[in-house]
Amino acid sequence: MSDLRELYQEVILDHNRSPRNFGRLEDPTLQADGHNPLCGDKLTVALNVADGVVTDIRFEGSGCAISKASASLMTEGIKGKTLDEARALFERFHQMVTDQAAPADASLGKLTVFAGVRDYPARVKCAILAWHTLLAAVDNSQEPASTE
Amino acid sequence: MTDVYRDVDVTTTTVAPTDPLVAPEPFDVGRIRELFPILAQRVGDKPLAYLDNAATTQKPRPVLDALSRYYAEENANIHRGVYALSQHATEAYEGARAKVARFLNATEPAEIIFTRNATEGINLVAQTFGRQTVGAGDEVVISTMEHHSNIVPWQMLCEEKGARLRVVPISDTGELMLEELASLLGPRTKLLSIVHMSNSLGTINPVREVVELAQAHGVPVLIDGSQAAYHMPVDVQALGCDFYVVTGHKLYGPTGIGALYGRRALLDAMPPYQGGGDMIRSVTFERTTYNEVPHKFEAGTPHIAGAIGLGAAVDFIAGVGFAAITAHERPLLEYATAALEAVPGLRLIGTAPNKASILSFVLDGVHAHDIGTIVDTEGVAIRTGHHCTQPVMERFGVPATARASLAMYNTTAEIDQLVAALTKVREIFG
Repeated sequence: MSDLRELYQEVILDHNRSPRNFGRLEDPTLQADGHNPLCGDKLTVALNVADGVVTDIRFEGSGCAISKASASLMTEGIKGKTLDEARALFERFHQMVTDQAAPADASLGKLTVFAGVRDYPARVKCAILAWHTLLAAVDNSQEPASTE
Repeated sequence: MTDVYRDVDVTTTTVAPTDPLVAPEPFDVGRIRELFPILAQRVGDKPLAYLDNAATTQKPRPVLDALSRYYAEENANIHRGVYALSQHATEAYEGARAKVARFLNATEPAEIIFTRNATEGINLVAQTFGRQTVGAGDEVVISTMEHHSNIVPWQMLCEEKGARLRVVPISDTGELMLEELASLLGPRTKLLSIVHMSNSLGTINPVREVVELAQAHGVPVLIDGSQAAYHMPVDVQALGCDFYVVTGHKLYGPTGIGALYGRRALLDAMPPYQGGGDMIRSVTFERTTYNEVPHKFEAGTPHIAGAIGLGAAVDFIAGVGFAAITAHERPLLEYATAALEAVPGLRLIGTAPNKASILSFVLDGVHAHDIGTIVDTEGVAIRTGHHCTQPVMERFGVPATARASLAMYNTTAEIDQLVAALTKVREIFG
């Protein structure tokens, strides 16, 4: 069993306690709801986009420390990025939390604190919910994103 | 049939020892645990504290032996086989039915229908009795504390028939509100379906009283006994209910097998559930006539090994005895309740005076899933989430709870292990 501190890193606990970009975004350009049917966690991600660049992003909802911190750090990582960059970041993040063999990807910056999640298969969906929801918003999906 | 568990027959342990020389042997949880090989496991370097019994119980040797013996020595398809092996398998399968009938005190084995689980038992009633009985404008009554398996089949039926699902509310402690229940019953009520013991709150409902209220309105009653049946004796005749469902894997038996008790007169009048082999008397392309109960409801080759395993499981429970089980589990629940209440920031959800073996809780500032992951690293297996009772979570205003649930083999040491693990949760989350 890997060390719990690998999973619950100080950065994650901090973002769980005080999530950044938390709350409602009025009249967003894009918005989507996400749902983890496994645990009932629900989350909304809303973005303002100008000229293909994310100018503002916020999230609201409830969830465990992993899902909340993941949403919080995602919003920090996405702000100022283009939608294409956001998609690329999603792919790299997804690989990091699911692929045991994936090497550390320094380009993920702070998001590498979630690398420990891959040792806890039951918790991967917690880390990925916000990202699926973001992608649904970017793709302008009418269906709520789901981890299933 | 091996007699392994006869050695631990402790049905007399509740007799107060008056003379120390003839004092009955106390319930020996150590000897019980020896019958469950999985309990000796370690999780990493920690002993396993299995506290997720409301999800599924572990299996004792007599059940494991019955399963392997069936496949090693008795396997053949049942009914209609003219050779000895098939006749033995048929006898073992029908013998298991008789054991389950005895366990629930049904009037006769034919009142026991083998199903996959309690969920299938409820769906069977909804799709046969329900479709036959419930019409447009009629009502089906359930309660807020039902498992999704006792909500969704009725929602589907009501949607199909244009009927209405009515829900009995529960109190802040998690008790069924009987006055509201009585007021919901009326001429339109075609069925009351209610849980005997809540899987997320531990509440034991006053089902005898509930049946009396329903009977006063001529309303048939289904009781979901998934949780109750491994903690307390169930006597369907004394309860007076019309249907009672159990699931084998919560009775220390195999997964994939459950049982539905139905009153004979109702079962006889009900249409079949699924069509296929074994449920027919004769088939032509023009007309098929159906078999008698219980076979009318058991289309296709059933889970023969599972039924035999379930038979061994209910024998095992009867051998230990509910008097002894209760005498062990009740103080254990009291111990666990006191221990958890002493944990700073912990709040129990479900505090009904009459409850058993389930401790649902939330911890200030920590989501249930984080609790579950952290205590797992300390060897403690508990369930976290909504426990397939989302309306209960909504009723108590929580997204999820952590749930420790006890069985006959759990110990105070395992409760201590849980409490110590919760201290670790606090250390991490501050």
